[in-house]
Amino acid sequence: MALNKSSFFVKISPYLNRQHVRVSQHNRCSSHFTYSPDPKPAIKGEKTKMNMFQAINNALETALRTDPKAIIFGEDVGFGGVFRCTLDLQKKYGKDRVFNTPLCEQGIAGFGIGAAAAGSTAIAEIQFADYIFPAFDQIVNEAAKYRYRSGDQFDCGKLTIRAPCGAVGHGALYHSQSPEAYFAHTPGLKVVIPRGPIKAKGLLLSCIRDPDPCLVFEPKALYRAAVEEVPVSDYQLPIGKADVLKEGKHLTMIGWGTQVHVLMEASEILLKEHDISCEVIDLVSILPWDRETVCESVRRTGRALIAHEAPLTSGFGAELAATIQNDCFLNLEAPVARVTGPDTPFPHVFEPFYLPTKWRCIDEALKLINY
Amino acid sequence: MALNKSISLLFRIRKHLRNKNQLCTRFSSSQPNFPGAKTSWTEKLQFTDSSSYSPIPVYRVLDRRGNVLHPAEDPKLPDDVMLKMYKDMILLNVMDKILYESQRQGRISFYMTSYGEEAIHIGSAAALKLEDLVYGQYRECGVLLHRGYTLQEFVDQCYGNVGDMGKGKQMPVHYGSKKLNFITISSPLATQMPQAVGSAYALKGSGTIVICYFGDGSASEGDAHAAFNFSATLECPVIFFCRNNGYAISTPVLEQYRGDGIATVYKATQLAREYSIKENKPVLIEALTYRVGDHSTSDDSSAYRSPEEVLEWTNDYPTKKFRFYLETKGLWNEQKEKELLTVSRKEVLTAFNAGEKKLKPKWSELYTDVYKFLPPHIKKQQQEMAVHLQKYKQHYPLNSFSS
Repeated sequence: MALNKSSFFVKISPYLNRQHVRVSQHNRCSSHFTYSPDPKPAIKGEKTKMNMFQAINNALETALRTDPKAIIFGEDVGFGGVFRCTLDLQKKYGKDRVFNTPLCEQGIAGFGIGAAAAGSTAIAEIQFADYIFPAFDQIVNEAAKYRYRSGDQFDCGKLTIRAPCGAVGHGALYHSQSPEAYFAHTPGLKVVIPRGPIKAKGLLLSCIRDPDPCLVFEPKALYRAAVEEVPVSDYQLPIGKADVLKEGKHLTMIGWGTQVHVLMEASEILLKEHDISCEVIDLVSILPWDRETVCESVRRTGRALIAHEAPLTSGFGAELAATIQNDCFLNLEAPVARVTGPDTPFPHVFEPFYLPTKWRCIDEALKLINY
Repeated sequence: MALNKSISLLFRIRKHLRNKNQLCTRFSSSQPNFPGAKTSWTEKLQFTDSSSYSPIPVYRVLDRRGNVLHPAEDPKLPDDVMLKMYKDMILLNVMDKILYESQRQGRISFYMTSYGEEAIHIGSAAALKLEDLVYGQYRECGVLLHRGYTLQEFVDQCYGNVGDMGKGKQMPVHYGSKKLNFITISSPLATQMPQAVGSAYALKGSGTIVICYFGDGSASEGDAHAAFNFSATLECPVIFFCRNNGYAISTPVLEQYRGDGIATVYKATQLAREYSIKENKPVLIEALTYRVGDHSTSDDSSAYRSPEEVLEWTNDYPTKKFRFYLETKGLWNEQKEKELLTVSRKEVLTAFNAGEKKLKPKWSELYTDVYKFLPPHIKKQQQEMAVHLQKYKQHYPLNSFSS
C-alpha cells in the first residue's frame, strides 16, 4: 500500500512539470467526462476562479482561521498533500495544527476520534479512499456509534474524514475505488460527495462544523479538471440535500461526484438527438440522502436511471432503486435502471470499458423510454 | 518527444540527488548516514533476539506480607487516602461477587469480574486527578468506583434501566461517565488506544493527561501498534496501562511474572503522570497480575487452566497484601474487616434491589442519539414502529419499559 501511494503520486509527481503530466494523461486515456460548472451559485459576494483542490484548500484555511481548535492531519499533509489540498496551511498555521502522522490509517481515524471527543475539531485525511479500509473498524464501530452507545455523554461529532475517491483514468484497483456504499450502511455517519469546487468548499465547511462524524469523498478526477467561480466568503451548503441540476419531464437521472457530469452530457445528447428531456439530480449526500427530492422527481417523470462508478451489487444505487420502487410504484412507467461499474475490481487498462460512460447511460435511457 | 523529456528529467533528478549526497558527506564522519536510524557500523553479522538483553525487572514496593522493602520507595500516603483505597478494593470485590451471582441466576445478561486486578484499578486511579481523561477496556470498573461512580450507577447500567446514563443501549459493564471523565467502554478491543492518543494531543498543555487501560491480549491488535507509534511521534501526554494478567480469554501469554500490587501501581502511575505532563511524552506501564476469575460469565476458565493454578494466585491476592500493610501501620484489624464486608454487602444489595425494580427506558429511545438530531429517515422508522406497537402491543414486553 505504502509503495503504491508513494511511488505512484508522491515521489514522481513533484519532479514532473504539470504540463507534462497532463499531456501524458491525455495520451494514455482521454477523460471520460466533460466538466459542467455550476451555473450561478446563490452565494453572494466576491468570487475567484478555483479548481477543486484550491476550493478545498480554501475551505480548510477557512476552518483553521475561524476555529482555533481545528487541526488537520494525515499522511503527507504537511508539505501540502499529494493532491495539494493542504498547500501552505502548515506554513500559515504551524506544525501543531497541520501535521503528518505515521503511515497508518486505523491510527489516523482513531486519533481523530479521540481528538474530537476531547474537544478538537479534527479534520483527518486518508490519502486515497481505497486505503480507508484499515480504518473501517474505527469508523464503523467507533466513530459512528460513539454518541449512541454513551447515551449522548460522549461524541466525536467534530471529526471529519476527507478521502480522494473515484476513477482517475489510470488508477487501477487501489487508486480508483468509490467506497460510499460500505459507509451508507452505517447509522451514525454522514457521507457526502461534491461534484465541483463550489460544492466541495461549502460541503466541507458544513461537515467540519456538523455535530456528527462526516466522511467527504472527493472525486480526484475533479481536483484539477473542475474549475469554477468560487465564492471567497465563508459559506456552507446543506448535508442531506440533493440538487436538481437540470429540469426535465421524460426521465430522472441520479448520480453523484464525477458521474453527475457524465449524466449532464448524456442528457444533452438525449435532448439533441432523441428529443428526450431528462431531469438530472446530483444526490450530493449519500447518508442521509434526499428521498423527497428524488422521489418527487420520479413521480413526475415516471422513469429513473441511477448511475455510479462503484460496482452494481449492493452499490448505493440499490438503495435508491428500492426506495423509488416503494415510493413511486404507481407512477413508474418502466423498471428503475442502474448503470454502474461491473462487479469486478477496478481494472487498469480496461478502465474505458469499466466506467458507466455517457454511451452506456444513453443506451439505458433509450431502453427506459421505449419500454 | 514525451520520452525524451522524461529521460532528460531523470538526468536532472540524478544530478540533484548527487549534489545532495555530496552535501551530506561533507558532514559525515565514519558514522552511517541513513535517515532511517542513528546508529553505528558493525562488521559482525549478529541477530538481535531475546537473549541479547535481559528482561525488564518487575518493580515492587511491598513484599507478600505487606512489608515495605525500601523505605525510600514507600509512597507514604495519608491514612484516609489509604483507607479509601482499601475500602474501594473490598467494595469492588463484593460488588463483583453479587453481580456475578445475579448473572448466574439470569437476572442480568452478562458480567465480568475484576478478581485479582483490584489493585491495578484503585492504585492507578488514586494517583490520577479527576480531570485526567480515562479510556478503559472493560475490566477497569475500580477506576470508576474510586472516582465516585455510585453502586446504583453500576447496577443500573447492568440492568439497562432508566437510571443508566447509557440509556440501556450497551451490554453490562460497558460503563461511562462524562462527569467522571471516563469515556464510555466499547467492546471492540484496543480501539480506545489510538483514540486516547488523539485526546492526549487535544489536551496537550492543559496540565491533564490521558490514561488508557488495555489487556495483554489487546496489545496484539493493530490499533495498539498505531497508538504507541502515534503517541511517540506526535508527543502526546498519555499513560498506556497494560494489565498483563496472563490470559486473553483462554490464550495464555508464554511467560508469566508476578507483580506486587497497589503501592507499586500507585508509585508508578504517579511518576508516569508527572513525567507525561512535563515532557509531553507517552509512558507505558505494564502491570503484571493474574486474572483470578473467569474471563466473563460466558466463560468457564477451568476448561483451559487448572484449579490449583488459580488457587495459588488467590493466596497472592492484592487486597491481602495491602491489608497486611495497613495492619502493620495499625490502621486495620479483623473487626474493621468484618464491619466493612457487612456494610459493603448491604450497600450493594440495596442498589441491586433498587436497580432491579426500575423500568427500562422508553422504547422510542432506541432511535435517539444515532445523530445529534433525529434525521427524517430515522424519525419515519420510529413513527412506523409506534403504529405497529399500537396494533401488536400484546406481543412486546412494554410493561417493563417506561412510557
